[in-house]
Amino acid sequence: MKWLGALAVLALLALPAVLNSYGVTIFILIFFYAFLGQAWNVVGGYAGQLSVGHAAFVGVGGYTAAMLSIEKGLTPWLGMFVGGALAALLGAVIGYLGFRFGLRGFYFVLLTVAFAEICRIAVSNIDALGGALGLYITFTGDPRQFQFQDNRVYYYIALGLMLAATGIVALLERRRFGIYLTAIREDEGACEALGVDTLKYKLLAMILSSFLTGIGGTFYAFYLFSLQPGTMFGIPLSVEIILRPIVGGAGTLLGPLLGSFILTPLAELSRLYFGQSGLHGLHLVAYGLLLIGVVLFLPQGAYPYLRRLIAGTRA
Amino acid sequence: MSGLLFGGVYSLMAVGLTLIFGVMRVVNFAHGDMMVWGMYLAFVLATRAGVDPYLAFAACAAALFVLGFAVQRALVDRILDAPHEMQILLMLGVALVLENVALVVFGPEPTRVRSALSTATIWLGPVFLDVARLVTFGVAIVLSWALYVFLFRTDLGRTMRAAADNPYGARVIGTDVRRVYAVAFGVGAACVGAAGALVAPIVPFQPPTGLSLSVTSFNIVIIGGMGSLLGAFVGGLLVSVAESLGAVFLTPSLKELASFSLLILILLFRPAGLFGRRAS
Repeated sequence: MKWLGALAVLALLALPAVLNSYGVTIFILIFFYAFLGQAWNVVGGYAGQLSVGHAAFVGVGGYTAAMLSIEKGLTPWLGMFVGGALAALLGAVIGYLGFRFGLRGFYFVLLTVAFAEICRIAVSNIDALGGALGLYITFTGDPRQFQFQDNRVYYYIALGLMLAATGIVALLERRRFGIYLTAIREDEGACEALGVDTLKYKLLAMILSSFLTGIGGTFYAFYLFSLQPGTMFGIPLSVEIILRPIVGGAGTLLGPLLGSFILTPLAELSRLYFGQSGLHGLHLVAYGLLLIGVVLFLPQGAYPYLRRLIAGTRA
Repeated sequence: MSGLLFGGVYSLMAVGLTLIFGVMRVVNFAHGDMMVWGMYLAFVLATRAGVDPYLAFAACAAALFVLGFAVQRALVDRILDAPHEMQILLMLGVALVLENVALVVFGPEPTRVRSALSTATIWLGPVFLDVARLVTFGVAIVLSWALYVFLFRTDLGRTMRAAADNPYGARVIGTDVRRVYAVAFGVGAACVGAAGALVAPIVPFQPPTGLSLSVTSFNIVIIGGMGSLLGAFVGGLLVSVAESLGAVFLTPSLKELASFSLLILILLFRPAGLFGRRAS
């Protein structure tokens, strides 16, 4: 398994040499959504706290780094950590309120949605943040400002993000922390009875998850060169974030990656294909059908299914 | 005043959602998208057949009843015992499909349905009222009341409440619980079908409108109390008034802040809602 992973990483490192620029773009998006999915996976997958408001953290991270860069000239290489920290702070507030008051299932979902929507509406109405029109980052091509002439630089950054997040989660899985999270997902009452401070661990999971997502927001902002409240904070982005880990297998290490490698090319190609023929919503119809299919037929996601399949052929 | 009048529609939406939740414990994330389909049906009926939306609402309700019945039978029925998360994801999938099929069929441009009543107004002392809004309010209230009568005064309604209270007991005494569930989902969807047709002449709509309508319905139902019909009804009026006050005292684009803030407060301090009986 180990050498297989190393081989895959080597292949991905070498890949831009043979890809055209559209291919590079698709892979950037695959890595980026896998990264966001992995970040969500910490709290949504392992700890089983279904957040449908993760776009809030993307938005906070992206807007913070962009504002610092535009107004103060601070390099986004540092700004991303400020953004991540602010996102983590928001995550801590949402998590504390939600967990402290014991909101579960649908109630927690609504709390996260409500916070993301409040952020979106607030940012749309603050003129200093560009209001409803959003912010635009002028392209200078200056690497110190996180801007690159060559698309392949974004490719390697996105790949690095994805691998780093996966490394962190792999580390978690082996530590007590990760095991606590899984245990909380499976039976929170039993954890508490055994003396696990569930509030603390759920909160830590939320903070780590929102910090990573905030860093992702910086990448997103400086990859797109523009930030709109709807795209950075909207519910559709939150749904995009959770879709991949769930399709791939929530609460598994490789689930978000697998989900992104399945869904992102599908989404991009169908967006391109149907968009050209003027049928804009069709790729999202396919998305919805896929989601329904996964819930009905593969409720644990594609990765556990694949693993059983492989184990079956070996045995 | 127009805030209160619009509240009738909010109430009808929320009553439909709370009925589905109360009976099956499933949250219909496609609620707003079903409502948008009600709007588009009214639009099609008005433009192709010349039916006034204030008459078409019955047809829209019937069509949405069939849709809701089918969604329950084909999809929701299979995951009634699954964890909440899976149910939420399934309904999100249904919402995505409904919204984007509407986008493919009707296009992204905002639409509006013309009604003979659209421009009529009457003066009531110092305030003037839109006749269209008044009719919408009246019909919405009558429909909510009819639903109440259905649930509490007819056999099918009583069976439905029995199945909601205790599915196992209802099965023991010979109730076809699956059928009752499908009817409940259908009736809940019919509520938004009618609500959609009723607001179609008042506000412009487009396929993505469904999402914000869903979120608004959730707000109302949480504020009123999940599963409580009275709560949904009062909550609808309350949220609508809060939003219109927010629009007057803040800027119109900030009006949703009022209802979201209300939602967070209720979630934290009274998660059972204003009229809910038990905390979850």
